[in-house]
Amino acid sequence: MVAAAAPLALLAIVVVLAQQAWPAITHFGPRFLAGRVWNPVQVEFGALPYIFGTVVTAFLALALALPVGVGVALFLAESSRPRLRGAIGIGVELLAAIPSVVYGIWGLYVLAPWLYRHLEIPLNERFPNVAIFGGTPRQTSILTAVVVLAVMILPTLSAVSRDVVRAVPNGLREAAYALGSTWWETTWRVVLPAARAGIFGASVLALGRALGETIAVTMVIGNRPDIQPSLFAPGYTLASVVANEFTEATGQLYSAALIELGLVLVCLTLVVNVGALLMVRTVDRR
Amino acid sequence: MRRQRRLARDLWFRFLIYVAAVVALLPLSLVLAYTISNGWRAAMQPDFYLHFERPEGIPGAGVQHAIVGTLELVGMASLLAIPVGIVVGTHLAEYRQHRWATWVRLAGDVLVGTPSIAIGLFAYALLVAPFHHFSALSGAGALAVLMLPVVMRTTEGALLLVPVGLREAGLALGLPRWRVALQLMLRAAAPGVVTGALLAVARAAGETAPLLFTSFGNRRLVFNPAEPMQALPLTVFHNALTPYKDLEDQAWGAALLLVVLVLIVNLASRFALRRQLALAGRGTS
Repeated sequence: MVAAAAPLALLAIVVVLAQQAWPAITHFGPRFLAGRVWNPVQVEFGALPYIFGTVVTAFLALALALPVGVGVALFLAESSRPRLRGAIGIGVELLAAIPSVVYGIWGLYVLAPWLYRHLEIPLNERFPNVAIFGGTPRQTSILTAVVVLAVMILPTLSAVSRDVVRAVPNGLREAAYALGSTWWETTWRVVLPAARAGIFGASVLALGRALGETIAVTMVIGNRPDIQPSLFAPGYTLASVVANEFTEATGQLYSAALIELGLVLVCLTLVVNVGALLMVRTVDRR
Repeated sequence: MRRQRRLARDLWFRFLIYVAAVVALLPLSLVLAYTISNGWRAAMQPDFYLHFERPEGIPGAGVQHAIVGTLELVGMASLLAIPVGIVVGTHLAEYRQHRWATWVRLAGDVLVGTPSIAIGLFAYALLVAPFHHFSALSGAGALAVLMLPVVMRTTEGALLLVPVGLREAGLALGLPRWRVALQLMLRAAAPGVVTGALLAVARAAGETAPLLFTSFGNRRLVFNPAEPMQALPLTVFHNALTPYKDLEDQAWGAALLLVVLVLIVNLASRFALRRQLALAGRGTS
């Protein structure tokens, strides 16, 4: 009976959120997902800006973290210096242990001003007509959120990729070396292709983490529900709007709409995580 | 010529791997350095630990209420999650091949990845809304849901490290299966189980999102779990977003406390894990 605790908790989360969001689900129907206006005063709720912000920040963070994460994974799996490898391994684990809110305050007071001064302003001045660098640069922006998220998913990415790279049979490496390959040729042509599916799984897992991250993002993204192309403008995510507005939500429909945002987020991460786990697992079994 | 080019490229990518490792450690060192240097001032004052919040501008404010709150919240969540997690983990290790085991494991892994804000909403719907007021107990419930899968999976992992001979010896002596599982296997896996519990505690202590609409926060020192209660992450979150300099200092101080707490627990868990691996006859990798 007790063994069912985890599946029951998972099921209960989905059911309870769906039940709580029911007034909004029935009132707005599918146009809730496509609506671009979020106006609690006029009881008009659309989730699109939040879905946009969530998905965009998560994918950009993954793109930023992936090369570094795979690099670290290769270092941890293949480096011939055990001491250094151990130290880096501990460092990456501690990176995962630091609380989200600490990343948030660091991102807000240290990273955001630095990015603003050294990246946003110069790029904005040099390329005023490029859409992603356009608009009025802000300290709390999509860019800051992306960088913070990239740091936060790096441990997941490198730890899972490391295991996958380690699981590649040594015979493959030895065969490549025997043919006269250098280390890099072995890695690029043999090890990474063999680990491809697992690294993809690790990426999707990290994507799931990035989608659901709440507090750090809330503190640095600027919290404005807009859909616009600039990286330097503020945005908003599903998790952030729930964190910011839920305790202040007045009226049943407003609360229900926020819970529906939470439900959308849960469903999104559920699909992503189950897919990723099944992928990583098939790799393990091989 | 061609050979030289290949070797040069090899060297270049070997170098890049090192660069990646350094880039990965850079944020860790930056976060630690800034948290220590900014949190030092607040955290060095005795008032920081001896008082709770005071009106803005009056000196001597502290985060005592948040420290007490975090200890109480995490303590209650541990009481809820750790026993259940250990039992489920033992069950999973014992009935490894069972049809359900795969699903329970998958659900645990998915639960680890479920956004903590959603768990907060869940706890709100079940433990706050029916009673019409925020409470520390509901916060502890939310944290327990977060901790459960961590304890469960590490317990299972620790049990799998125990040499199979121990189990066979117990069964050969005619011990019933539950005694083998609980009295032999679990005892041999104790250091690993402690690791899991510590990691779960560290994770719960640093979580903010599940507490926002459950424990909610409190400006005063309370012990009663039926009342709203402050926690260190809530202090960091709320105070960091205010325009007042001394509240900002408090936020950094609270962040420093959290980081120190998490680092200590992490190092302790590493020590416990090393013992487990030594017991299992495997060196640390």
